[in-house]
Amino acid sequence: MCLAVPAKVVSIDGEKAVVELGGLTRQARTMLVPNVKVGDYVLLHAGFAIQTLDEAAAQETLELLARMAEAGAGEA
Amino acid sequence: MRFIDEFRQPALAGALAERIKRWSGPPVSLMEVCGTHTVAIFRHGLRGLLPPQVRLLSGPGCPVCVTPNGEIDKAIALASNPGVILATFGDMMKVPGSYSSLAEAKARGSIIRVVYSAMEAVEIAQENPGKAVVFFGVGFETTAPTTAASILEAKRLGLKNFFFLSAHKLVPPALRALLEAGEVRIDGLICPGHVSTIIGSRPYEFIPRDYAIPCVISGFEPVDILQAIAMLLDMRVEGKAEVAIQYRRAVRPQGNPQALDTMAGAFQVGDAEWRGLGPIPQSGLQLRDGMEAFAAERHLEMKMRPPREAAACRCGEVLRGLINPPECSIFGTGCTPEHPVGPCMVSTEGTCAAWFLYRPGG
Amino acid sequence: MARARVLLGHGSGGKLTHQLIESLFLSQLANPILKALDDSAVFSVDSRGRGTGRLAFTTDSYVVKPLFFPGGDIGRLAVCGTVNDLSMVGATPLYLSAAFILEEGLPLADLRRITASLKGAAREAGVKIVAGDTKVVERGSADGLFINTAGLGLVPEGVDISGSNARPGDAVILSGPIGNHGISVLLEREHMGFVSTVKSDVAPLNLLVAVMLQASPNIHALRDPTRGGLATSLVEMARQSGVAIRIHEGKVPIDEEVAAACEILGYDPLYVANEGKLIALVAPQDAPEVLRAMKESPNGRQATIIGEVLAEPRGKVLMATRVGGTRIVDMLSGEQFPRIC
Repeated sequence: MCLAVPAKVVSIDGEKAVVELGGLTRQARTMLVPNVKVGDYVLLHAGFAIQTLDEAAAQETLELLARMAEAGAGEA
Repeated sequence: MRFIDEFRQPALAGALAERIKRWSGPPVSLMEVCGTHTVAIFRHGLRGLLPPQVRLLSGPGCPVCVTPNGEIDKAIALASNPGVILATFGDMMKVPGSYSSLAEAKARGSIIRVVYSAMEAVEIAQENPGKAVVFFGVGFETTAPTTAASILEAKRLGLKNFFFLSAHKLVPPALRALLEAGEVRIDGLICPGHVSTIIGSRPYEFIPRDYAIPCVISGFEPVDILQAIAMLLDMRVEGKAEVAIQYRRAVRPQGNPQALDTMAGAFQVGDAEWRGLGPIPQSGLQLRDGMEAFAAERHLEMKMRPPREAAACRCGEVLRGLINPPECSIFGTGCTPEHPVGPCMVSTEGTCAAWFLYRPGG
Repeated sequence: MARARVLLGHGSGGKLTHQLIESLFLSQLANPILKALDDSAVFSVDSRGRGTGRLAFTTDSYVVKPLFFPGGDIGRLAVCGTVNDLSMVGATPLYLSAAFILEEGLPLADLRRITASLKGAAREAGVKIVAGDTKVVERGSADGLFINTAGLGLVPEGVDISGSNARPGDAVILSGPIGNHGISVLLEREHMGFVSTVKSDVAPLNLLVAVMLQASPNIHALRDPTRGGLATSLVEMARQSGVAIRIHEGKVPIDEEVAAACEILGYDPLYVANEGKLIALVAPQDAPEVLRAMKESPNGRQATIIGEVLAEPRGKVLMATRVGGTRIVDMLSGEQFPRIC
């Protein structure tokens, strides 16, 4: 459990949004993420956006790992 | 694909694997408690990247696998009423109940529709005013807010023909039951990332506190899982036991308060029966007081025989991490994905199905 | 014909049947052999002066639901599937039969449209439909219609292509991206609310195979990965030949939308059906030439080498994952269902 994928919000109409992943679009219900905005990324699960993604946190994680990878390459 | 491809980068995965290989401590067993993690580990061949002293166990994190026969029997019984349309997630179609499965019931004439979203079941009810539409709600805390929202929508629309059968279960009480039973030595827990987007990190705090076991909430891409394993090993080295979030882009310590409120609007916590773990108090969700109008069991007939378990099925021991699937005497012989005996073989996330399809290679 | 729907009477063999055959089937599919309307089609096989030819013969039934999907329909599928089965043994497809089982109530406009597709696909493949049959069953006994096609082809002398001929060292070539057919049919059938531009890849592959055979006499095996996907076909060949096949995840082409649909629905693209792709196991020294020839052909533009044949572990297929792991790839058992967990 559980299959949820990151998708970008391309439009919002009340409690429904259109989200896009890899060119595919679907309607997603937004009542669980009431403050979502167009351009946000959300996790799509069973036809609902269940959380918004924190892009800054994602970037920090990737940068941390990239530095670790470089340091590791240096060590070897 | 954004937020997916970046967390599959070979260079990052390789660096993490190198780091993990340097583990020089005693052998450790890390349990992942989520069927989606089981599948991801197999699909990306992650086990082969770990040193032999770091062992991965699968826990009871597959909501399909932990659904007892009796609950499937109820769904089949409801669907057998003429005038009922049963809507279900695809995951449940081939799971064997005591005597049959939803797929078999459909072949015999019951009207059963696979939906991607509980909201589709509400739409089916709107489109079929002369029928009773029952939604079979399976899943953990990731899914429960979506079914709750759908029930509340049905209420808002004033639908009189929409009903709900709950098989929803909660993860933290099952973890407590597993740890209390103390059957298996667990040195670290890889916690389910998407359940945690809803419930946050606090519900796991009892684990380091009462059992001195470190927990890391992990995402599902290979880099996520490897980072989570590295974080657990670091905590063991440092002698630290706490709950850490690897999946920071999706999990906040407080979870998703709106989703939690929505769940509380439709559901209340009650005792529940778990296949393999037995009855666990306060571990399931039922319709709350005031929502009885939507209770399928109250309003529709359920003609059932008493539930029974298949004798040779050892799904329970698999789910508790006591045995690996090949140790079950019917694994691959009497129990295969074409003819599954227990849900662990049917569910694509079931440990047995994952072992059968993806056997570790390399 | 004023009627709009198939009636049980259309299957009776009498006047209605003949009217249906003349006005709907023959008007689109006519050729001299078919027009003879005997019980069997009779024709000489011209092996073009190269000595006695071997005949390849195959049959398949098509029951796809829905009948119409993005990129094609059951008619196109019925021709391409059988043409491709012939092509996979290196045969030049020549003649097809087409037998229809029609459900009472099927709109004749749909039947006309499907027959037009059948004709278009046959023309594209350069095959003739020379024999046919029509039956009608009661409402509820068929999903609109079923089609069976049988196909006859000529295997050129010296061509010996079989799933049991793979040898260690062979290159594994895939003709293009995977998963398009299965995903397009699924999204069309299940109405799960996804909007996508994914189209079935259904196409006849005989012309592609012809240029490949010209490029090299060392094509050991061909297979089109239909039901069960790429994985199932690779496992079949590994078992038939008693070899191992290793593929590289990063080299398997997949369209972004297809990948996205698989992520959302929990499908593994290795197991999703294709209807316009082939796998070729080719002697390594000829692989670059075969690849070059494929890329110049309409259905092979995205051809690429995805792996190699090994001696061990016999009968197994391995995939080197993008992150450096290895996993065993087994056959699909049963169907994939869309899932949420």
